[in-house]
Amino acid sequence: MNQLSAQAPDALRAEAEAQAAGFPGLLAEASQLAATVSLGAHGRRRAGPGDEFWQYRPAVAGDAQRQIDWRRSARADGHFVRQMEWQNLQAVHFWIDQSASMAYRSTDKLPAKGERARVLGLAIAILLTRAGESFGLMQDPQPPRSGRGQVTKMAMRLGAAGEADDYGVPPGKDMTTGNRAVFVSDFLGDWDALLTALGRSAEQRVQGCLIQVLDPVEEAFPFDGRTIFESMSGAVNFETRRAKALRDGYLERLAARKDALAGLARETGWTYLCHHTDKPARPALMWAYNALSEAGL
Amino acid sequence: MIALGPIGFLAPWLLAGLLALPILWWLLRAVPPAPLRRRFPAVVLLLGLEDKETTPDRTPWWLLLLRMLAVAAAIIAFAQPVLNPTDRIPGRGPLLIALDGSWASAQSWAVRQAKLAEVLQYAAQDGRPVAVVRLTDTPKADAPLAFADADTAAARIDGLEPNAWAPNYAPWIAAIAEAEPFETLWLSDGLARDGRLDLYAALSEKGNVSVGETGTDLLALKSVRIDSGDLALGAARLSESGERRFALSAEGPDPAGITRALARTDGAFAEGVTEVEVRLELQSELRNRVTRVAIDGVRSAGAVQVADDAIQRRSVALLGGAREQEGAALVSPLHFLRKALVPTADLFEADLADTLQSNPDVIVMADVAELGEAETQEVITWVEAGGHLVRFAGPRLASSGIGQREEHPLLPVRLRAGGRTVGGAMSWGEPKALDPFADGSPFFGLVIPPDVSVTSQVVAQPDPNLADRVLASLADGTPLVTAKDLGNGRVILFHVTANTDWSTLPLSGLFVQMLERLAISTRAGGLDADELAGTTWLPEKTVDGFGVLRDAAGLAGVDGARLAARDFGPDMPPGVYVSGDRRVAVNAVDADTQITPAVWPGGAAFVAMTAAIEQPLQSWLLMAALALLAADIIATLWIGGRLQARGAVAALALALALTPAETHAQTEEDLLRAANNTVLAYVLTGNSNLDALSRGGLTGLSAELFRRTSIEPIAPVGVNVETDELSLYPFLYWPISDTQTPPSAAAIAKLNAFLRGGGMILFDTRDSNVSGGFGVGTPNGRALQAIARQLDIPPLEPVPNDHVLTRAFYLLQDFPGRYANADVWVEAAPPDAEQIEGMPFRNLNDGVTPVVIGGNDWASAWAINEDGRPIFPVGRGSAGEQQREIAFRFGINLIMHVMTGNYKSDQVHVPALLDRLGQ
Repeated sequence: MNQLSAQAPDALRAEAEAQAAGFPGLLAEASQLAATVSLGAHGRRRAGPGDEFWQYRPAVAGDAQRQIDWRRSARADGHFVRQMEWQNLQAVHFWIDQSASMAYRSTDKLPAKGERARVLGLAIAILLTRAGESFGLMQDPQPPRSGRGQVTKMAMRLGAAGEADDYGVPPGKDMTTGNRAVFVSDFLGDWDALLTALGRSAEQRVQGCLIQVLDPVEEAFPFDGRTIFESMSGAVNFETRRAKALRDGYLERLAARKDALAGLARETGWTYLCHHTDKPARPALMWAYNALSEAGL
Repeated sequence: MIALGPIGFLAPWLLAGLLALPILWWLLRAVPPAPLRRRFPAVVLLLGLEDKETTPDRTPWWLLLLRMLAVAAAIIAFAQPVLNPTDRIPGRGPLLIALDGSWASAQSWAVRQAKLAEVLQYAAQDGRPVAVVRLTDTPKADAPLAFADADTAAARIDGLEPNAWAPNYAPWIAAIAEAEPFETLWLSDGLARDGRLDLYAALSEKGNVSVGETGTDLLALKSVRIDSGDLALGAARLSESGERRFALSAEGPDPAGITRALARTDGAFAEGVTEVEVRLELQSELRNRVTRVAIDGVRSAGAVQVADDAIQRRSVALLGGAREQEGAALVSPLHFLRKALVPTADLFEADLADTLQSNPDVIVMADVAELGEAETQEVITWVEAGGHLVRFAGPRLASSGIGQREEHPLLPVRLRAGGRTVGGAMSWGEPKALDPFADGSPFFGLVIPPDVSVTSQVVAQPDPNLADRVLASLADGTPLVTAKDLGNGRVILFHVTANTDWSTLPLSGLFVQMLERLAISTRAGGLDADELAGTTWLPEKTVDGFGVLRDAAGLAGVDGARLAARDFGPDMPPGVYVSGDRRVAVNAVDADTQITPAVWPGGAAFVAMTAAIEQPLQSWLLMAALALLAADIIATLWIGGRLQARGAVAALALALALTPAETHAQTEEDLLRAANNTVLAYVLTGNSNLDALSRGGLTGLSAELFRRTSIEPIAPVGVNVETDELSLYPFLYWPISDTQTPPSAAAIAKLNAFLRGGGMILFDTRDSNVSGGFGVGTPNGRALQAIARQLDIPPLEPVPNDHVLTRAFYLLQDFPGRYANADVWVEAAPPDAEQIEGMPFRNLNDGVTPVVIGGNDWASAWAINEDGRPIFPVGRGSAGEQQREIAFRFGINLIMHVMTGNYKSDQVHVPALLDRLGQ
């Protein structure tokens, strides 16, 4: 007992340090990536509470006197009210797949899929911070928040060790109607689970984007010979006598999975992007940010 | 030990291991290659896919074969195979090893010696008595076959050499007749010869006969003769098959007396041809020095012809007493001499002064009486130095009265006044015949034709020494030919004329033979027994079996008849024989020698000669097995998909890196583009960094030219001065690097043509930061010197202030590149260029300077990358950028100068320039 209690704090601290070790790098990388995107506030293209000028409209009965823009009104006969653009803040929910399959990388020169997913997600989060949006991880029970602190918290959370499961499934979290969501995963896991999660999001009228991160090897399938393919944890395996012969079948299935994802996204009003780890992250970030903006953020 | 063809096995029972191969095949086939475990997240997509192909779970047949081969190679290797196991001659009894030992054996003597050593080694192991004989030797009378211990015989092998002549089998047939039975190994030279079959039969009676013959194609040089001034060399070979080339060289002393090849020529036997004649053109001076003609690379007396008088022709000067009358050729005193000597001597006719100057071997004076005092002295000097003076009598000599009162130095005897005539219309007696030549006379042995008669002669005074000086006399005892030695030379007098006025001697063949015996002319053809009859010849040089000339020592003289019969033996080897003034070469092979393959009776047993060297193959097979296993590793990895594409790429990259760089060659399109556009060119140095720098530099300069001026060059090109056409380019930038190979002579010629055609080369040593200008102080400077030394470059001077380069486009004072302040050198102004009063510039440089030489590394200052940004920094900050700008201006001025020449030097522009200069 003594021994255990003596060990426990050390082990805890070592674990914490190990977890924290990945954090600054991740955050720095994400900040660097986000810095390449410059943006302004995203108006809702309608009058409402906000800082930006939207339009002058003639004052009607019921408008408070202090709402009248006297400078504009002085140039005309009527009175005008100065309306600002409605800039409401949205909450964005992130699901960054942390499962074992995301830890895969085909060569040392490429980042692991999970690494790229985390950087992408965090970079989007940083951009959102700049726009003042609130966001949060779906794994996190807390509601979405805004601010730099939230970025740090999210980075801490993402820097922690991944999950042991082979394939991740979006957790079922209650999201407010009209919220946005960003799912970053390889989407190789159970199709039905994914369907359920997305269906529930659609029911909650949550829209967003699916970013499928794949390793180039998963696209090319450059294998041959007698091979046993194993999932990252080893739970699933498949033996072939001649891997090359499987290539066409595999590519077909992969294309079918991508089509299914794109179709699902279309049906639910989401958007879908397939990103490869050998490509730079910036286009994907731009795409995601635009996708979120077009979704009415 | 068992043998399979040329391969034998020392441990053959290990070959039984090969029986296990099929089992191994079956085992290997049954075991598929181990699977490879691979992490792959997308494995879920694979689940349920059908494995269509099932074969690869078995090892592919070719991989099995590879492994089988590896194992088989290892098994065979451990069975210790040996290539060319030697075949022994089995038996216990005495063994006679008979070597032909002739010149024909010499060509492959080493093979014979090796075979001999090997046979003797086995004979020693078997304890057989052995006798080794050369059939070219004469058998010893007492014990022709001295069988002895094989070891004793082995000790003599190294000293055993072939003889230069052919064997004579007859005495051997007699010699072995009484011997005890023995076995024979006959190492033959492979030539057909009389008596060979008889000897074979005689040997067969004594025991088994094995014959060893080398397959070497025998080459022989059969004849050397002079044919219309050239050396005609007859070569022969033994086999008819295939084409065969050979080289011939004629050796002789050079002016320093050192023997060397004076001339060489090539010859070839066409398919099916065994004899060929090769002609060798030689000046007569060279030809007279030839001592030996040989086929290069063939060590055999048969491949050598030693030259004698037949080749070394005398130069003979003919002096006639009086001017010849036209149309009287047959009565000319020189006519018959010419006819007799032209085929065999180098004749010339000139006046005495010229004749003596050319220092002939022989001067023939036909009826020349008295010479001037000085001339006489000169002729005496010449004779004393070794010349032969041959005089013919005649009316003028007879009437001149020289040598009558006292002996004239240039006459052998005193003459009586007048001479005499016999057998004419106004005289008594019959024309005199010749007395047979006395023993001791050089003419001894010559047959006197009966129709030779003498009607007139000059008569010698009967002095005490007359008898010694007579070489030939008439039937009545009066001298016909007299001679005396004078210094090292000789004076000979024919007491008759050289034409038919006084005798019929010039009409007979005897006249020619006499001239030859007197070493005035030389033999025309082969040895003639009649000619040589009665003479004794001393060997001067002998030829050994390998065709090497040696001094003959301790050999007695040989009778001329035997020499003519070419009856060679230990006491008469081939070589050069001397008799008096005459030299005769008797060669081992002459034109009559038959060179045809030996025919052996059916059933003759042959032993292999060629493959005498055992070659163990074990190590090679083991290495092959290892190599196969290494291949198996790679193949297995490949089959199993473990061979990473990355590795393959790396290997490919390595292979590419090892292949030579892509060769640069101009295509027609390049030429067209260069012809239709203005293209700046740089010289490819072979250093890729430097070439890229030149390219970047000229790209930058081209861009600036395009931007600022009406010169609109397209992208620059690199040219290889060795292969490319230069005339299409107005300007070459040549960065100097000490690693560059100097251009070849052809390239230099091309560059000179380029310079003469108005092209300009900018040489850039790129080192003025260390050298302060170009020079020998730096490696690049030395490299530049090495190149420029061969080029047609005019005198240079540093760019003067009024050079057109300073104002061709921009007004410039200096010409910086990446480095500044170093002199730039151009073609020097003409020395008479003077400044005209009131003009700021001299009238200079009518034309473009062909070279501009400097070390400012301009290309680096000009160089831009694809984005149009400068590649290299120049100087510091804005001052550096200013320097870069000036560098560009220099480049623009330079190209302007190339394009427009001295246009800006034209004084028409002076007022405008003065305006701008503010003067």
